[in-house]
Amino acid sequence: MKVKVFVTPKATVLDPQGAAVNQAMHSLGHTNTSNVRVGKTITFEVNGGDSPEFRQKLDKLCEDLLSNPVIEDYAYEIEA
Amino acid sequence: MKVAVLQFPGSNCDRDAYRAVKGPLGLECDLVWHKQTSLAGYDAALLPGGFSYGDYLRCGAIARFSPVMEALVRFAADGRRVLGICNGFQVLCESGLLPGALVRNNHMKFVCQDQPLQVEDSDAQFNSAKLGSSLTVPIAHGEGNFRIDEPGLEQLRRNRQILLRYSGNEGNPNGSLADIAGVRNTNGNVFGMMPHPERVVEPFHPNQDGLKVLKAFFSLN
Repeated sequence: MKVKVFVTPKATVLDPQGAAVNQAMHSLGHTNTSNVRVGKTITFEVNGGDSPEFRQKLDKLCEDLLSNPVIEDYAYEIEA
Repeated sequence: MKVAVLQFPGSNCDRDAYRAVKGPLGLECDLVWHKQTSLAGYDAALLPGGFSYGDYLRCGAIARFSPVMEALVRFAADGRRVLGICNGFQVLCESGLLPGALVRNNHMKFVCQDQPLQVEDSDAQFNSAKLGSSLTVPIAHGEGNFRIDEPGLEQLRRNRQILLRYSGNEGNPNGSLADIAGVRNTNGNVFGMMPHPERVVEPFHPNQDGLKVLKAFFSLN
């Protein structure tokens, strides 16, 4: 299976990178953009099938390593 | 007192910290590689600045899983002193030994400058009577913007866990919440700060304010 994890700065946390990108988009003439947030995607492959136990492990991995719950949210997609 | 200065791949202030502890402070000190699984025989541990694991994923995120960190968590739980400077502070926040997190500076630039700091009255060792009300200590970081949620900040204030705040004419250099430059844990044995005290300890440095900070941390004052 393929796993895609999306990590984004929490809505309440200021995202200086997103603000800088928004500024650059404005200077390119895209002046109607706002609230740009920059996150990251982490993809990997796993042997085995999807199951509640697997998702539990995946949540733990996301909380322990792939994201920092103090400042970031995560979401994932699993492809068979 | 015997001090362990931890070395992660990518640490780059380890030797400065070692020199500061061994020379001007005159304490016994060893450099301890991150693969060590024990900190037996040490009274304090110092996590130096740098770019552990290239700051991959997040600053300090991967160093947190180094073998020595399990020993460090036990070490801290035993009440021994732990100090994280700059990247070391980021590692301590990532590992949960200190509250909060450090994100990108609000202006996106790396800052490297002498930084005026206001000393907070935190505990019997770390306070303005012992250290003086203000210090000037260099900072050098791209991710020093301290973040914590509102209840967390309230807890820091209530327990007097804030050690240092950015001050001076130019003020806050990175957008840090409540101008926070350094904090401690509730037990008062784990300290973290973005400024580099080890860079202002020798007679040939611009000042020796770092000695005051390190002495307070090691309870030598």
